[in-house]
Amino acid sequence: MQELDIAGMGSVRVTRKGNNVVILEKDLQTEQMVLAMGPQHPSTHGVLKLECLTDGEVVTHAEPYLGYLHRCFEKCCENVDYPAIVPYTDRLDYLAGMNSEFAYAITVEKLLDVEIPRRVEFIRVIVAELNRIASHLVAIGTYGIDLGAFTPFLFCFRDREIILSLLEWASGARMLYNYIWVGGLAYDVPADFSKRVMEFVTYFRPKTVELYKLLTENEIFVKRTRGIGIMPADVAINYGWSGPMLRGSGVKWDLRRNDPYSVYPELDFEVPVPDGKVSDIGDCLSRHLVRALEMDESLKIIEQCIDKMPSAEGFNARSAVPKRVRPKAGEVYGRAENPRGELGFYIQSDGKSTKPLRCKARSSCFVNLSAMKDLSKGQLIPDLVAIIGSIDIVLGEVDR
Amino acid sequence: MILTPLPHISMPLLMGNSLNAWSEALVGFTPMGLPLGLVILAAIPLVFIALYSLTYGVYGERKISAFMQDRLGPMEVGKWGILQTIADILKLLQKEDIVPTSADKFLFVIGPGILFVGSFLAYAVLPFSSAFIGASLNVGLFFAIGIVAIEVVGILAAGWGSNNKWSLYGAVRSVAQIVSYEIPAAIALLCGAMMAGTLDMQKITMLQSGSYGFAHFFLFQSPIAWLPFLIYFIASLAEVNRAPFDIPEAESELVAGYFTEYSGMKFAVIFLAEYGSMFMVSAIISIVFLGGWNSPLPDIGSFALNAWTNGPVWGAFWIIMKGFFFIFVQMWLRWTLPRLRVDQLMYLCWKVLTPFAFVSFVLTAIWVIFVP
Amino acid sequence: MEEGHVLSHSVQQSAAAYAIIHDKFGDAVTAFDANETMPFFEVLDTAVWPEIALFMRDNPKLKFNYMACLSGVDYQSEDKVGIVCNLESLGQLNHKIAVKVKCARTGGSIPSVAGVWHTANWHEREAYDLFGMLFSSHPDMRRILCPDDWEGHPLLKDYKVQESYHGIKVPY
Repeated sequence: MQELDIAGMGSVRVTRKGNNVVILEKDLQTEQMVLAMGPQHPSTHGVLKLECLTDGEVVTHAEPYLGYLHRCFEKCCENVDYPAIVPYTDRLDYLAGMNSEFAYAITVEKLLDVEIPRRVEFIRVIVAELNRIASHLVAIGTYGIDLGAFTPFLFCFRDREIILSLLEWASGARMLYNYIWVGGLAYDVPADFSKRVMEFVTYFRPKTVELYKLLTENEIFVKRTRGIGIMPADVAINYGWSGPMLRGSGVKWDLRRNDPYSVYPELDFEVPVPDGKVSDIGDCLSRHLVRALEMDESLKIIEQCIDKMPSAEGFNARSAVPKRVRPKAGEVYGRAENPRGELGFYIQSDGKSTKPLRCKARSSCFVNLSAMKDLSKGQLIPDLVAIIGSIDIVLGEVDR
Repeated sequence: MILTPLPHISMPLLMGNSLNAWSEALVGFTPMGLPLGLVILAAIPLVFIALYSLTYGVYGERKISAFMQDRLGPMEVGKWGILQTIADILKLLQKEDIVPTSADKFLFVIGPGILFVGSFLAYAVLPFSSAFIGASLNVGLFFAIGIVAIEVVGILAAGWGSNNKWSLYGAVRSVAQIVSYEIPAAIALLCGAMMAGTLDMQKITMLQSGSYGFAHFFLFQSPIAWLPFLIYFIASLAEVNRAPFDIPEAESELVAGYFTEYSGMKFAVIFLAEYGSMFMVSAIISIVFLGGWNSPLPDIGSFALNAWTNGPVWGAFWIIMKGFFFIFVQMWLRWTLPRLRVDQLMYLCWKVLTPFAFVSFVLTAIWVIFVP
Repeated sequence: MEEGHVLSHSVQQSAAAYAIIHDKFGDAVTAFDANETMPFFEVLDTAVWPEIALFMRDNPKLKFNYMACLSGVDYQSEDKVGIVCNLESLGQLNHKIAVKVKCARTGGSIPSVAGVWHTANWHEREAYDLFGMLFSSHPDMRRILCPDDWEGHPLLKDYKVQESYHGIKVPY
């Protein structure tokens, strides 16, 4: 018996019987299929395109293509004044506008050296944490949809709606707030805002448990996510992962703790990392768990902020807002812990202009997504969907 | 107080025997010597089911999912949005009938047709009551199991003919899934057939009637019957591509699976077929394990609930209610559970359901032989 | 550096890290710029940049295992383009430093560090896309945000947008 390669027939195993060649087995020539997943696809969370080479259901290679939502953020920044960039930052990670504004504001303030009123700091933290919960709710809800569970998505959106109306009440907009300004806030929060926020906190506490029972403890959900897309901690760091993604790999790293900004050092909260009991460290389930647990921590932070916040008496939200933002010449790299990871701004100022010479947004999703190519090798298509979902990308931030 | 004359005279509103008399009169309707009345009679449930699946299956699904998700669902068209699906159908009817240029036109067009025929052919042998049955075959159950397999051809034709990679994935997944799940499903149904000793659906139903109501149902007749009942229910979910086994049309993975390219009326026909087969498997499980058109209410002393609530029209009411109940459970599961992965689905079928189906088959055989 | 000015703790850490790098590579790097907002040094000899990067990542006293950001910058006045890398020792020594590498504005190239930090892979593609410098020995040097057949590199200060792209009028 021997193997022969006959052109056009694939590998053929033959044996000789006398003078005849008898074909024992003719391999079916399988063909790899190129499958364009996206830019219009329900589970690429926007306009990401993954060009997959598939062998049956197995993805042998997936190449991400970006740029469908590129809006020249960095070019725009070079052409507008520092305060005018704030609305653009909203549009980076449009699910967590407050956090993006926060990151930008603290970066410019580093260059400016302004003293921020304490009440402003607390309000910033409250709105940012509210927005973090809202963003995690979207992440968890859409992750449910990726795995075929619809109901958690609607529960999440119901609760997110309350947060959005709270933020709308404060800022006047539902998603693109332009609320946190360089040096202050657009307005003080409305009277009774803290009361309503506390009402939300007491309302939402049991809902996290409900969500946990409905989705995180669901047998099928665990089966679909546990052990899928495992990313070891050192590789995750090398890929530049941050936020829930990095914590999902078991690295206790949270910029609110490890590179503290604003009033976070005064607040008491945990940095949840998976312990490997319910999930394998670094898999999709760990990343989901981190998000689910972080919502509870954010509630804790909000409660403490409301307790510690100075009263509104004689308070002007714009008291420290500079008339003209013209930082001294220099460079700065400032960052904040966004729901999706580290959002950093590299700003270069020439000291003369009111416009930055260069403003680069280091987006967490962009960096997290770059590991997609490695993570997707040899996965099934449903697992590929589970992995994309667990990365929780917002294409607005990836493409900028 | 004497209760006995009640069923015959004073309870017409409960669709007692006066309506039965009406149906009997219809049977006698034979213009020009043709048994036209009989044909009409047999067609009534079919028309009803077609109407239900066209309109209120979809409406029910939307409303039930809405209530489970803490929202209202369709509310605009008519009171409580009750005319919503009719509006949807009108929209779908007006839509342009698009056949993609690169599609295989013949397969693309014939796919939904086969699907529809496959899902509705089994209705021929479903006894809707002692009077309503399309064809009382002596191999009715066998026919029903067999004819469902035609759907696979329709799905494959639709998926392959669309010339779309997602459709192809959906079709291949669907075929693998349905063909695999037919094995545990058929074995589970065989347990019921074994208890009855016949494959005739009408006879299976009649064997489950009696004055104790639900106690005569096969499900309650043997302690083992629960196992094939559950196996068939799970397998039937997979056979009609409902969650958590909806991987052939998994929208987050395969866009819409085998019907990605369909629009307009062809899409509506695929939908109709899906709701049709949902009711079909629900009816089969009711017939084999839950007494079909028999009333579940027992006679309590002289209070002859069972006798009053049995009859041709009552029968149709009961089997449809039982079918609706299982459809409700199907929807309930769909809006609660995430989706399994392809390999997990196959694992469940071949390594869990099939062995247990064989176990229940053997146990039922022992039960039937040794327990009187 | 001003006389009598006390450096903050984090800048002192960065300075200590720089000292180790300077000892090893000497004149290949410039003096340390100990500003408070972003302390940095520049790599003068671009050819040794991957070597420095590897040294920074693997030296037990440096352990810059995390590349936070890599930004392309256009130094129009110097007729150069460059990159600014913000590096950090995440979870190990917790110090930070920024590194600048520059190259000629037209046809310049910088050795890639994508093999040292995976983060650099996409960031270098982005820098190439928006500034036009090439990264030699990069595993996958393509544009990332703009289409492959886009003309020019948009973040250059003297960039003029093309008139039309595949028949679509570009400046609106």
